[in-house]
Amino acid sequence: MGSNMAECHPVAFRWPMKAKLNGAKLIHVDPRFTRTSAVADLHVPIRAGSDIAFLGGLINYVVNSRRWNTDPFFKEFVVNYTNAATIINKDFKDTEELEGVFSGLGSFSEPPGWPYNGFQGRYDTASWQYERDPKPPGPKTEDLIARRAGPPFDDLVRSLKPGPAHRDPTLQNPRCVFQILKRHFSRYTPEMVEQVCGSPKDKFIQVAEALLANSGRDRTSAFAYAVAWTQHTYGVQMISCCALLQLLLGNVGRPGAGVMALRGHAAIQGSTDVPTLYHSIHGYMNAPSALRPHESLRAYMAAETTPTSYYGNTPKFLVSYLKSMYGAAATADNDFGYDWHPKILGDHSHIATFAAMAEGKVKGMCCVGQNPATSLNGSATRLALRQLDWLVVKDNWLTETATYWYQAPEVKDGRVHSGDIKTEIFFFPSTQIAEYDGSFTNTQRMLQWHSKAVDAPGDCRTDTWFYHNLAKRTKKAYAGSTAPRDQGWNNLLWDFDPDPGVKPIYPGEPDALKILREINGYMTADPHQHLPGFAALKDDGSTTCASWIYCGCYPAPDQNMSARREPDPPGVPGAHLKWGWAWPANRRVMYNRASADPRGNPWSERKRWVWWDPTFVNPPDPKTGIAPPRGKWVGYDVPDFAVTKAPDAKPKPDGIALDALSGTDAFIMRGDGRGWLFVPTGLLDGPLPTHYEPHESPVQNMLYPKHQMSPVHKVWSAGKPWNPLASVGDPKYPHVITTYRLTEMYLAGAMSRWLPWLAELQPELFIEMGKALAAEKGIRNLDWVIISSPRGHIRAKALVTDRIGVMQIAGKAIHHVGMPWHWGWAGLSTGDVVNDLTAWVGDPNVSIHEGKAFVCNVEKA
Amino acid sequence: MPEAMGFFTDTTICIGCKACEVACKNWNQLPATNGGVSELSGDSYDNTRKLDGTHWRHVKFIEQFEGPYNGRWLMMSDVIDMNPAAGTAQKCTLCYDRMQVGLEPACAKACPTDSIQFGPIAELRTRAQKRVDQLKAQGEKRARLYGDDPNGPLGGLNSFYLLVDEPEVYGLPRDPKLPSRNLKSSGVLSAATGAVLGLVALVGLRKRRMDEIGGGGERGSEN
Repeated sequence: MGSNMAECHPVAFRWPMKAKLNGAKLIHVDPRFTRTSAVADLHVPIRAGSDIAFLGGLINYVVNSRRWNTDPFFKEFVVNYTNAATIINKDFKDTEELEGVFSGLGSFSEPPGWPYNGFQGRYDTASWQYERDPKPPGPKTEDLIARRAGPPFDDLVRSLKPGPAHRDPTLQNPRCVFQILKRHFSRYTPEMVEQVCGSPKDKFIQVAEALLANSGRDRTSAFAYAVAWTQHTYGVQMISCCALLQLLLGNVGRPGAGVMALRGHAAIQGSTDVPTLYHSIHGYMNAPSALRPHESLRAYMAAETTPTSYYGNTPKFLVSYLKSMYGAAATADNDFGYDWHPKILGDHSHIATFAAMAEGKVKGMCCVGQNPATSLNGSATRLALRQLDWLVVKDNWLTETATYWYQAPEVKDGRVHSGDIKTEIFFFPSTQIAEYDGSFTNTQRMLQWHSKAVDAPGDCRTDTWFYHNLAKRTKKAYAGSTAPRDQGWNNLLWDFDPDPGVKPIYPGEPDALKILREINGYMTADPHQHLPGFAALKDDGSTTCASWIYCGCYPAPDQNMSARREPDPPGVPGAHLKWGWAWPANRRVMYNRASADPRGNPWSERKRWVWWDPTFVNPPDPKTGIAPPRGKWVGYDVPDFAVTKAPDAKPKPDGIALDALSGTDAFIMRGDGRGWLFVPTGLLDGPLPTHYEPHESPVQNMLYPKHQMSPVHKVWSAGKPWNPLASVGDPKYPHVITTYRLTEMYLAGAMSRWLPWLAELQPELFIEMGKALAAEKGIRNLDWVIISSPRGHIRAKALVTDRIGVMQIAGKAIHHVGMPWHWGWAGLSTGDVVNDLTAWVGDPNVSIHEGKAFVCNVEKA
Repeated sequence: MPEAMGFFTDTTICIGCKACEVACKNWNQLPATNGGVSELSGDSYDNTRKLDGTHWRHVKFIEQFEGPYNGRWLMMSDVIDMNPAAGTAQKCTLCYDRMQVGLEPACAKACPTDSIQFGPIAELRTRAQKRVDQLKAQGEKRARLYGDDPNGPLGGLNSFYLLVDEPEVYGLPRDPKLPSRNLKSSGVLSAATGAVLGLVALVGLRKRRMDEIGGGGERGSEN
């Protein structure tokens, strides 16, 4: 669901095809009948944007099914490995009680320093928390912060421990998670799914029955999704809903199970791990923020550390990161330079930044490997670009972003004059992948090293060259400044120049392996002593590590694990642990403790993956000389668990981090060691997924008539003339439109529209529509069509097919149309910018736009 | 004598990505049509229009409008046409230059699902027969190989296919003939080339899926 994997991830689709060779059943739930559907056993149509209704329907079907209630596997998995039994605070009110919203909903007002957050509302999550015993006695967190306790920071972490949560393993308590979710999803019946999603009831039931039949001790099912589950005003909740279903079915932490994010081909995974994102620093730690209690190092640790999970080690990750930033200048006395670190002011994501830019609040931009002139609400984006003083474009070609000032549609038609644009634009020609050394991180979290194969043409430079030299020059520019705000630059450790005698791949190029070493980490006293893994990290400054999750990828100067290429022999069940390196700790299946039952035995022989070997003789601890008792977690994969912790181990009463968890607490990154069916913290839009309509929808919300859309989603530039929005059921825009990608084209086209062999395979933009709409509008195949939304109108050729068409939604016939969005005016294959139709509305958690479901009109040109 | 090499194409796992077509052009430096600038064919997502000396593909996966995703296959090795880059008429060489250094042909290398497999024909026949048996065991009783019989009408083609229906359903002739249509520029063809057997314009329908999903054509629905 949420993916056209065969066409958009054809290389990864190798594996579903291998599974098919082994007899696996493939199901495709999608608004369009695509090549993925063609090779699937079953295609189920669904209205774009209604996936939570569909998934909620599956959840409701599963928990009321005979199989789920009679096979003891499901209860055993759910009671032991999820928070199903946990009791929720008595103040909590579900959508069932409040007709579509949760308790805690309030209003949001923009902070004056950065009024570009866009929230339509805000939840106070206090009532969503577990019901707990009182907090255990001990030193108070605020006292430890005030007296600057640590390092070590163990006492600070211990002071954060809450009292134990209440549980009812019989799952009968009306306030336990299981009963809440059962009530929550009770209105998601197969009949309702058919009404809301347009998915035929019989096909929906086929999916539910197939999932039930293929989940259990001996079988697992997996979901794969891509951006069609993210680009919504409730995209995170769609994925969360799938995770909830998979936890109920026992399909997490086991081979052939899970929820697979099909990410944007290698670099997207890497760019969130070692982030180019604004809201996190390396390894998914939250970026220090001016809006959170992050005033000091210890305050940040107190706010961001979950004391009773592996994240109880956050002080070690953070201090090692600060050592990587500021080197010798970072000491315990100056809180490892924490105060030099920049803090965010709010939402600095893509759209928020462009909303600020449109108001003249952004002076300059480096645009590297991105083509925003064809991006969301294109004409508003280009309006924003015109407000910049300067713009750097580093790409392979003169993209639309480099040429908007004389070739954009508003310039061509005379609405904007080139001479009025003040922006100075610099273009830097860029290398391509085969022209430099580096690593890719793929969607499996696997790092694979690649080496330079050919010289780049002309004056093309790598991205590493660009940022390496930009950093060096910026440091030079700040040198000598005594302003407090510049001390981060002055103390920044930047030592990626090749060693003397080592020839760089291009003049001025940094040493890629030195960057990898910085990410992996090393002993501060001796950078040649690389860290073997994140268990070695310390919170006293003795270790340096940019990204704790990557620690172990380069454990010795002669061991670049990401460069390994040794597959397992054929016919042997295994995880190919010697091919590349996957974070964390080279684990291929996360939370794989759940692949064994609570006693540590494989759930079944067929689904054996990681298990407890009670006879294993452990070697003595090198420091103490004492051998732990017999027993170890072993298997095909690296166990995602403390390897000598027995299945019957109890939490240590005074323990923090993993010591606070038991031998059955498989979900070691969660504070209660359990997979979360109900999400008390971390999500801004509710602890349980709820169906809302897209911001722009032709129909009312049938499940919760009083709440049409997510009460906390984002609208940027609300009320501004450059972001107009359609009202519900707007007769001017009656059709549902979804955007998509094609096999032959890549993203905004910079890597494909200039390549003749790909350009000829997709030479022009088109709009795909059903025969009924075409007949209604008198449109024939290949006719020119005008497509309009409140943001603008574009032209495209019609592609009239049977793969997309009319859906009956709430008794109303709704036409679906779809458009690939790869085009712009530059390159060999050109076409109008489809994103000129999209709006600046998005998800409250991650600020992604709603590009997969909005409304439009279609007329013959 | 060196072992006979060839292709086995398993159409049941082809995803129609055209990576074979692009890889072939890339490796053999065959030019793009009109420099890459051309018009939309209106033929679903397929703008190749015809397979010829510059457009070679193992499996032509066309999605027709009458019913979703009716497949049309056209075999690669039969194509004989002018190579505009070299100015000579040629057919698929199995990437002879790659084979010299132990590499498989570009199309097989690029195929993401291993729908195209290259190797010793005898070994491929064994592998293909296993796959047929497997499909039959899974309930696909119509699984069959096409063009694999060395003594049959296609013997010597060294490129055979796995189908899941009768050849006629794919538009394949039960008794394939010489590709006389493609021999129009015979003046430049060598005798050896002319002797190569092939197939022409094989039009097929994925009838099973059409019946299952199309439900009779003119529904104009979400299908």
